[in-house]
This record gives sequence, structure tokens and C-alpha cells, in this order.
Amino acid sequence: MSLDPATVRRIARLARIRLEEGEVARLQGELNGILGWIEQLSEVDVEGVAPLTGGAQIALRMRADAVTDGGQAEKILANAPDRAGEFFAVPKVVE
Amino acid sequence: MLCDLSIVGAAAGLRRRDFSARELVGAHVDAVAALNPRLNAFITETPELALRQAEAADRALADGSAGPLAGIPLAIKDLFCTAGVRTTAGSRILGNFVPPYESTVSAQLLRDGAVFLGKANLDEFAMGSSNMTSAYGSVQNPWQRRGSNVALVPGGSSGGSAASVAARMAMGSTGTDTGGSIRQPASFCGIAGIKPTYGRCSRWGIVAFASSLDQAGAFGRSVADCALLLGSMAGFDPKDSTSVERPVPDYVAACRRGVRGLRIGVPAEYRMDGMNAEVELLWQKGLGWLRESGAEIVDVSLPHTKYGLATYYIVAPAEASSNLARYDGVRFGVRQDGVDLIDLYERTRAAGFGDEVKRRIMIGTYVLSAGYYDAYYLRAQKVRALILKDFTDVFARVDALLTPTAPTAAFAQGEKMDDPIAMYLNDVFTVPASMAGVPGMSVPAGLDGQGLPLGLQVVGRPFDEETVFAVSQVIEDAAGFSALPAVRAGE
Repeated sequence: MSLDPATVRRIARLARIRLEEGEVARLQGELNGILGWIEQLSEVDVEGVAPLTGGAQIALRMRADAVTDGGQAEKILANAPDRAGEFFAVPKVVE
Repeated sequence: MLCDLSIVGAAAGLRRRDFSARELVGAHVDAVAALNPRLNAFITETPELALRQAEAADRALADGSAGPLAGIPLAIKDLFCTAGVRTTAGSRILGNFVPPYESTVSAQLLRDGAVFLGKANLDEFAMGSSNMTSAYGSVQNPWQRRGSNVALVPGGSSGGSAASVAARMAMGSTGTDTGGSIRQPASFCGIAGIKPTYGRCSRWGIVAFASSLDQAGAFGRSVADCALLLGSMAGFDPKDSTSVERPVPDYVAACRRGVRGLRIGVPAEYRMDGMNAEVELLWQKGLGWLRESGAEIVDVSLPHTKYGLATYYIVAPAEASSNLARYDGVRFGVRQDGVDLIDLYERTRAAGFGDEVKRRIMIGTYVLSAGYYDAYYLRAQKVRALILKDFTDVFARVDALLTPTAPTAAFAQGEKMDDPIAMYLNDVFTVPASMAGVPGMSVPAGLDGQGLPLGLQVVGRPFDEETVFAVSQVIEDAAGFSALPAVRAGE
């Protein structure tokens, strides 16, 4: 599988990374190099193998469904690039 | 000189009142001020904080309430959130981020009295093997080739953590290891570094890269120093769902167990074509040391070793693309304004992330996208299961494995930068243990022909860091590694 320029632009869009037109060819070459290299996994026989999803071979714990934290609006907003009262502010989304 | 002491030695000296914590920390603060302009091992220095913590340590030592790390000056990888101290993850996008909370691991070090000298440089979001991808400049390895002043990389991603300890700016440091980011820089900088079992240390408050692989660990100039630090860092944390609820053993005591009667595996697949002859020779020496100390050496096979890196470069970018979605310029970090919200996201991320991070986010986005998920991501997870099975099978027969840590010694800054895959090959010996979640440690074992340090890697069973420390200590004792880097405190 090889990526064409349109696919590179589509991936960047999905990843929410703005690409300048001049960057597409360079990224296409780099990404195809990496994808070509990881293609070697297609030679491994994985028939009947269950995927390993996590790093820990443990069952996740249950805990009580209780509020354990909160009431820290000022701390949370302290790093916000823009705020309005106790809310994060962004450019207008709905006309 | 105070900067040459081990942590274990300094802790004893503080208790004997040979020197005060103020003197010990002051010497290291001075070393950071003198050497950091050259090595760039720290992104943020916190000398006033360190000296205040030293004074608190002296009071605790005087009134008998001192913890095991009281007054010990450490470097903290700038991936651990530190309350009130800027935490950048080596990225422009977090250039102004000041966490309101402390990571669990760094909080436990503070609980035990440790002193923080500052935040150590790293590859951006821990993505790299050279520390060249940091937005805050590269780190120089304090070691140099004999008769040369070419600047070498310290390895990565925990390059600043390793360089600061090697140069005696810090007595120890924290790192994180996702595919080799503690073990490879430890090898390149001639110090010891342990990545414990996945789940041993809490990931809470560590900036996430690939959550199923990320694990905190420690650097020190001796195996016992790493054991002392890990004993403080490890332990169950209800705030991390993958943190494991089991007691933390006495790792320092485990260092003295010896290897008599242990079976040490030598994986055939780690003997690669074109491997550096000096690395091969050192590996054989290491096996000889263990044999002479009473271990039995056993040939074993980890048949899926050669697929470790390719598997890693699907799984890690996939998880990274998801984890790094949070950097959108809305809740924290540096924002670039746009005409609408999507434009704001895209401009913020284009300006905030460096090239390697963008590459990995895009690879991750692609392998998770509709139509490619099964062919790439699901297949990689299945190969990962086979890699884990390799280790599980081998650990039914042997107690630990001995391998080289990295295929080469440190390389020059700028080398391998135009070829991502050549850079990725640095981690060929460290990635499989990461994929399996098992503990691994690099111990300095000798020098190459150019006078650069080479490390050997000890890999153990899940949650058996004790055997890893015991084997590593025997290597350390037998190697008698006493060479010093060209750039260090007092030189």
C-alpha cells in the first residue's frame, strides 16, 4: 500500500494538523518509507492469535461509583489560552 | 568531591553529618549552573526550590524524621508533571504549561525527601532515540570519542536525565521508557538505568505517549542507586487503572543476592548480522562473568524478535495519535488563532508539534483509519501477543536474559536524522521487552575502541525486578566500570 498526495492530505485533516502544500511531497515520501518497512508484519502467521491490547496482564479493577474529586475550576482554567468566566473560550462555532 | 558520591554513599554521609544536605545540594546546583550551558541537559532549572528542599532535608535529618532520599538531588524528566513548575514534554505546544498537580512518581520521591534540581531535557513527547527532537535544543553527551570533540548524542528519549547523571550534575534521575528510552540512553552515557515491569510505577501525571507501553524508571551511577530510587517510585496507585496492587520488595537488598544457581538465557535472535564486533565481545564477556559467579548460561530463542520494531511502530504511533489529540489549543498549551474552531486546531497543532511528532501522529492516524485498522493495527496487536508468548515460554526455562542494550555506542549529533528507520533501529534490542511489558536494566560494562561506554541489558520475568537487580549487580561488580566522561562536575 502506498499513500498518494490526496491520502496524505486526508490523514493530516483527520489528525487536525495543517499542512502547507510544500510539505505534502516530503511527508508522502517519509510516511511511505515507514509504511513500506512495517509491511514486513504481513509475513507473520497470526491465524487464531488473540490480539494483545494492553501492557498489563491484569483485569481492570472495579471501584465505587462515587465523586472523588472536583471543585477546582480555577486550577483547571489557569492554563487555558482563553476563558470566559468559568468556561474555556473558543472562536464562534455556530452561526 | 560531593558530586562523585553515589546516592547510597551520600545518604550514609548525610546521616553521619559528614556534610549537610545544603552542602550536597549546593554542589550540584553549582554543577548544573556550570555545565548546563554546554550540555543542555535541563530545560528548566529550579535552584531556589532545590535549596529550600535541602534546608527542609537538613531539618528532617536533625529531628530524625528524614526519609530514605532526604537531601538527595535528582533530575526529573520533563514528562513528569510537577506542581507549580513548568512541564513541557520537550514540545513547543506545552511551552507555557504549569501543572497544578504533582505526578504520583515524583510525589513519592518528594515524600521520601528527594530534592529536585530541575526538569530534564527529552525528545519531544518522548519520541526519539537521540534527544534531537526536543523543541528546547539537543542534549550533548558528556562522553567524547578519544581524541575528538565531536558532540555526541546522549540517546533518548530520556537524554537529559542520563546526561545529567553521567556528568555528575544530578545524583540520579527519573526517566520513562516506552521502547528503550531509559535503557538506550543509560548505555550511551555509561550509567545504569532500569525500566521496571509495566504496571509497577503509576503513570498518573506523566504526559502520555503510548499508554500500553509507557513506564517510569530510574537512572543512577550504580545498580544499587537505581534500586533505591525505584523502591521510592514504585507502588500501587488507585489513580492509574493499570497500576498493579502488589507489595514493593526491598530492591536494595535484592542487589546482593548473587546469581549462583540462576539460569541466564542468551537469545539467539539478538545476534544480528553486521553487529558491532565490540558489542558482541562485551556480551560474551558478560556471560563469562555470570558463569564465573555461579549462573548457568542457556541458549534460548525469541523467534519474533525481528518483528518487534515494526510492531512497535504501529502500536506506539496509534496510541500516540489518540493521546496527543488533547493538544488542541483550548484547555492548555500554546494556541494559534484560526478563522474557525477546526482552523484553530490545525494551526495550533501544525505550529506546536515538531516533525517527528507529526510523522508519528499521521502514521498512527492512518493505521487506525477505516479500511486499514485490521491490516495494520489489529495485526500488530496479534504479533505483539506472539512476542509476549516468546518471553513467557523462555521464562519457563530461565530466570533472566542477558543481551546488549544497543547495537552501537553513542553516535554524533545530526547522524541518522535524514533516515527515520535507521534511527528506529537503535531500539532493536530494547523494544521487545517493552512490547512484552517485562522489566529491563542497562548496566555499563565496558568501553568501545573509541573510549565510549557500552551497556549490557538484563531482562527479567514480570514483577521480578529483584532478579534483574541481582544479575545487574554481578555484572557491575565484575565489569569494574570506572571510566569517566570528558565533561563532568569539577573538570
